[in-house]
Amino acid sequence: MGMIRRTFLIGGAALVGGGIFAVQYGDSSAKSQAAKLTDGKDGHNFGTWLRIGEDDTVTLYSPHTDIGQGSNTGLAQMLAEELDADWSKLSVVSAPAESAFANVVLGKGFLSEMSGYPGIIGAMPMSLLGMVARQLNLQITGGSSALRFTGQRGLRVLGAGTRAALIETAAGRMGVPVGELSTADGKVIHAKSGKSLRYGELAAEAATRSLSTKVALKDPKDFKHMGKSIPRFDIPAKVNGTAQYGMDVMKPGMRVATVIAAPVRGGKLESVDPKPALAIAGVEKVISLESAVVVVAKGYWQALKGARALAPKFSDGGNGLISTATIFAEQDKLRGEGKPTKTAGAGDVDAALKAGGVKVVEADYQMPFLHHAMMEPFALTAHYKDGHLDVWGGMQDPLGAKAAAASAAGLSADKVTFHPMLIGGSFGRRLPMYMEIVDQVARVAMQVPFPVKLIWSREEEVSQGAYRPQSSAKLTAALGADGKITAWRNDFAQPEDGLREVPFFYDVPAVARRHFKQVSNQTVGAWRSVNATQHGFTTESFMDELAHTAGVDPVEFRLKHLKPGRHRTVLEEVAKRSGWGSPVEPGHARGVAVVECFDTIVGQVIEASLAEDGTPKVHKAWAVVDCGTVVNPTAAEGQILGGLVMGLSSGIGEAITVDKGAVQQSNFSDYEVLKLANAPVVDVHFINSGAEMGGIGEPGLPPATPALANALFALTGKRVRSLPIKDQAKA
Amino acid sequence: MAIEAKVNGKPVSFAGEPDTPLLWAIREELGMTGTKFGCGIAACGACSVHIDGEITRSCSVPISDVAGKSITTIEGLAAADGTLTALQQAWIAHQVPQCGYCQSGQIMAAAALLAKTPKPTDADIDAAMTNICRCGTYPRIRAAIHDVAGTAAATPATAA
Repeated sequence: MGMIRRTFLIGGAALVGGGIFAVQYGDSSAKSQAAKLTDGKDGHNFGTWLRIGEDDTVTLYSPHTDIGQGSNTGLAQMLAEELDADWSKLSVVSAPAESAFANVVLGKGFLSEMSGYPGIIGAMPMSLLGMVARQLNLQITGGSSALRFTGQRGLRVLGAGTRAALIETAAGRMGVPVGELSTADGKVIHAKSGKSLRYGELAAEAATRSLSTKVALKDPKDFKHMGKSIPRFDIPAKVNGTAQYGMDVMKPGMRVATVIAAPVRGGKLESVDPKPALAIAGVEKVISLESAVVVVAKGYWQALKGARALAPKFSDGGNGLISTATIFAEQDKLRGEGKPTKTAGAGDVDAALKAGGVKVVEADYQMPFLHHAMMEPFALTAHYKDGHLDVWGGMQDPLGAKAAAASAAGLSADKVTFHPMLIGGSFGRRLPMYMEIVDQVARVAMQVPFPVKLIWSREEEVSQGAYRPQSSAKLTAALGADGKITAWRNDFAQPEDGLREVPFFYDVPAVARRHFKQVSNQTVGAWRSVNATQHGFTTESFMDELAHTAGVDPVEFRLKHLKPGRHRTVLEEVAKRSGWGSPVEPGHARGVAVVECFDTIVGQVIEASLAEDGTPKVHKAWAVVDCGTVVNPTAAEGQILGGLVMGLSSGIGEAITVDKGAVQQSNFSDYEVLKLANAPVVDVHFINSGAEMGGIGEPGLPPATPALANALFALTGKRVRSLPIKDQAKA
Repeated sequence: MAIEAKVNGKPVSFAGEPDTPLLWAIREELGMTGTKFGCGIAACGACSVHIDGEITRSCSVPISDVAGKSITTIEGLAAADGTLTALQQAWIAHQVPQCGYCQSGQIMAAAALLAKTPKPTDADIDAAMTNICRCGTYPRIRAAIHDVAGTAAATPATAA
């Protein structure tokens, strides 16, 4: 897995560093490369990510991919805030997929969180991190990281540093002290004389100064752009059909291709007779790859007909006996052997479980593989011409995609250009660790003299996913006579542990969270909120079980295990807003869950009933969110709404199952995604606690499934311990 | 043999094989990319267009079926000068789209609903809006439709 490889590289590089170093705005070679790429006529680059034109235009080169979460608008708000930019002259473009634009700040925040070496990464100099980020082609969007790392630690500092450079330049020109100058709407103002200078007039000279990093960021009470629901830049083009996604790329002479890969992951293409495909009108070429076959045609329909006419023979890579059942059996076996890969927690759990006077409660939970189901199936266009490969499409890491394309094509990185396009959903699927399509399209492009767009059919998309891992857990706890938990053990089996990103925050004296690492032949990856879905479901379901065992109201029970602080406030607020404890309509019931991930705490209450067919019907939902500071409330609310709906969807109906090593689902007909009729009306409330900024793209998801399962228990007395819920609560 | 039809009021002639789905004829032959490919089996609705006013999933209609018919795509909703319909404006006002990929289809479905049922109830919206949105924009889709229709949306009561 790419992420793991990167972790080791970071760990290795860190040994070279050490000590506390100042923030830097990229090294000199990155700065000069960025200036070359962005300055153009009458423009000046600041810290690689910002260009100020002599015509006063301000351009932000965003190192993130806006997948519709509004991060580009949010990043612009953060930059404009500290720069005191003229909002009407500001625009955001995607940073070129070039190493100068590797995301150094993200290296510091994201990698330290994900790598498991926070201390080491935190102590690394930014200049060294910059080198590492560039080496690793880090230009990633994931981990709910855009605003809290790139924005908070990168663009706000850059905005403030640039503003200081503009003020110093103006002070020199006007011959007045820096202290007499202020800034507003893209101007440096000398109030005493009534004179002002435009940023555009100052940019050339200011760009020659070294930017200070010892800058004071604004007090939230002075915010003009942050905290405002500024309409997202990307929306108008998404309501009239003009927005251009990777799927929409059209090039003169372009052909369209589609692919069939080995149905059993790990299998290889053994043989394929191309004739049946070539007999179909419009099919031009059948290309064999190591573990897939590609049909190139005039258009997609012809390519698809061609692919369906083929009968390729694939090996199973020795994985032909793997199934959903064997994966769970292997997880149970690992748990039974009792040798955890990693343990987190404190206190003597064994002793506390054996202590007299306690009631021991146990429960087993199972969670299936989940598919991302992004609405735009993978589509990349590539053209190899005159020794250069151009690739167009939407990926969560353009620099990583460029490197993967270069590697597959056997070209050096400077012979490859990646052109980022809009992304039609991702949720983790387009991360660089599993970019099979980049590899495929680059290899195909090297064999044809024209541009070629490779489109994955929905069937390919569903059966060749990078799934949320199938996972299981045995929860064990001891309840004291006072109704308080004295011991908590979670033995969970899945590929990654997720212990740091999803903390256990209840006040329990003895806790052991034990990870039993288990991998199968299926490609697994980051699925919106990553390991928080599994930890959230098991922890919050089991808390509910313990509350009912103790005979205490589920909110009250949680409050008994929460000291005063952010989690407690979130829970109290969501209970209050939902009218927790007040009567509900006959046939309805409420459930609650609180999950923290990516430094954001979300509490949700779900009110549900059972439909006639025994499946859940969700009527209303309340979400209370503490992400520290909200940059754009309307965009943030959209993320919480979307996360909650996706959480309900996966919990109610979604599962990828495996038989004979291959995925059994193929399309939306057998992978059931929630539709509008079953989406509740939602009340979203933010608590601006001022705590360190947390993520917003992912944390809305994890509480939804356990809150619903808990509501169904309250309604029917049936405990759902295996997902999806489907009609398990039926009488 | 070419198949004659109208797209957004203009006569067109589809030259592809008769079994070519309308979706691919619109996208690849006419070069109009606002209508999206999502699933190919009429399950998600990303490819929704109007055929003689009826909401239709164009991935599953062969061009041989549209001879002489009048097709409207997302590009054909706004006025000739680009002025958006009230429905599209409500989509912006409610900041509905996230990734946006399904929204052409969602807007076409909503437009078809409002053409037949100008004052839809929640049940009408539930029945008509069956397109998939993976970003989970459903609550805002519902609110935007109610807003443009001037009907009241349900809201969760809060005790706060």
